[in-house]
Amino acid sequence: MKRLSRYRRHKAAGPFLLVLALMAIGATFSVATAVTAETTQVVDRSAQIEEGRQIFLKGCSSCHGLNAEGALIAPSLIGVGAASVDFQVGTGRMPMADMSTQAMRKKPIYNAEETAALAAYVASLAPGPEIPTESSLNYERDGNTAEGGELFRNNCAMCHNFAGQGGALTQGKYAPTLMGVEPKHIYEAMVTGPQSMPVFSDKTLTPAEKLSIIKWIKFAESEPNLGGASLGRVGPVTEGLLGWVLGLGMLIGVAVWLAMKAK
Amino acid sequence: MSNEIEAIKDPGLPAHVHRKADTDPAAADRAERQVAILFGISALGTILLIVSYIFIPDDVFIFIPVMGEQNAHQLGLGLGMAISLFFIGMGAIHWAKTLMPDTEVVAQRHEFRSPDSDRKEFVDAVKEGVGAAGLGRRSLIKRSLGAALGLSALSPLLLLRDLGPLPGKELEKTTWKTGTYLVTDPGNRRIKASDLEVGAVAQVLPEIADPEHRKLSDIAKDAVLLIRLRPQEFNLEADRLAMTHDGIIAFSKICSHMGCAVALYEQQTKHLLCPCHQSTFDVTRAAKVIFGPSARPLPQLDITIDGEGYLVARKPFSEPVGPSFWERDSR
Repeated sequence: MKRLSRYRRHKAAGPFLLVLALMAIGATFSVATAVTAETTQVVDRSAQIEEGRQIFLKGCSSCHGLNAEGALIAPSLIGVGAASVDFQVGTGRMPMADMSTQAMRKKPIYNAEETAALAAYVASLAPGPEIPTESSLNYERDGNTAEGGELFRNNCAMCHNFAGQGGALTQGKYAPTLMGVEPKHIYEAMVTGPQSMPVFSDKTLTPAEKLSIIKWIKFAESEPNLGGASLGRVGPVTEGLLGWVLGLGMLIGVAVWLAMKAK
Repeated sequence: MSNEIEAIKDPGLPAHVHRKADTDPAAADRAERQVAILFGISALGTILLIVSYIFIPDDVFIFIPVMGEQNAHQLGLGLGMAISLFFIGMGAIHWAKTLMPDTEVVAQRHEFRSPDSDRKEFVDAVKEGVGAAGLGRRSLIKRSLGAALGLSALSPLLLLRDLGPLPGKELEKTTWKTGTYLVTDPGNRRIKASDLEVGAVAQVLPEIADPEHRKLSDIAKDAVLLIRLRPQEFNLEADRLAMTHDGIIAFSKICSHMGCAVALYEQQTKHLLCPCHQSTFDVTRAAKVIFGPSARPLPQLDITIDGEGYLVARKPFSEPVGPSFWERDSR
């Protein structure tokens, strides 16, 4: 003890203690959260709903209201259905990282089980679109690439770009790229209409047509760029940028060299 | 004190500065080698092009930093051709700049007018030729040649007719009639009002007898966007509200600015955005223009349902769809 107290007036003592205290708090916090993250196997549906409610109260209610009734900053979740929750939480859009114009895709905060519990809870509030089952998403078998392409160009391309690369909307909003999105999430987005996107009803765009669209998107995703550099597949914007900046820059450089007198 | 500005004197040509290669044979040899190296690089580029064309299969992809996965065949062709052409030019310029003579040469301009003797000679030659051909005496030839030449000038004018028939009143008409069913595009299925949830959109066309052979020129005028809102979200005049059905509102998809397909519908803000020039229309206020270059709202289609609940047009469009044109009544 005496040896320790010898250093108590050392100039590094203050910062050292601060770091120690921070680490102690951090460790306590991580232990505490680890305890809550430890979820038991949910077999009973009502238990799953209850678990979802608990997650909702901790993670979502500050914006969406204690009973998911919505508030000024966030919409009501009553009747949005399990598909909507699965899309928003499963793609990491919800919970939002900040109050920006649009929730963006990121690493999901909740794991599959927690997402399912949240979806079950929100679905229990009022009926809404269901999460599509594995068997109903067999786009390889039930889809048609050519038909999907036609449907995509008519219904999706104006916002998501002709190659599914996404595009700008008004005032900072944007349609995200469709590359690398799970088929389930594409399907759910069409059914629920997340954020700026409208709903594509099952009668005007049948489930088979939706699968065709997914098949076309997956085809576009795996299609190699045979013609050379794709430049992001967004058309004249990057092509023009490259032409003006790189092409014209090179021309100017050559012109300067041409006019220079040899020494 | 005089305000007169002294005329700027012609400074004449600057003194000629010799290049290193002009005076130093070693420098000249070096320049020669440099030019040869540039031409050599060009030759290597051509070889790269030939090798890529013959030996690299067109389904091989290689990873290039920054550019990502690239097709090796195309990359070889492009790079080879670029190198081969660029370095020929570069070598030629370097050659001209370092080794070819660079002394300034003065070439005086002379008068444009030909000497009087040449002019007189020309006039005489023409007069003599005309006289010998008998153009003054044989008026039949002169007149028939004039007629032939004059008529031949008509033929390009005649070909202008192939620019197509005049549109007439076609621009003011669409396929929509009273009682035309709204069908999905593509798919050509009739739509029930109950098929659309709140927040849903549907791209629709008028139902026709032979949907497999729908004319593109018709689609360009007939395309309609169907949007469903909550009825209380509308902020419409009574006559416009009567044109909707239970929250379902239909607008021409053809932008009133330049005729692009306006179909970027933002479900939260209820704004319709044209992708070409960012004209923005407020759906809740009968597609009023709230941003962008468009001068008119999108024409609204009057819709209702038939006995079975299928959506039909109650009336054709009350104004021409799409952009302005000369004969358009600019309401």
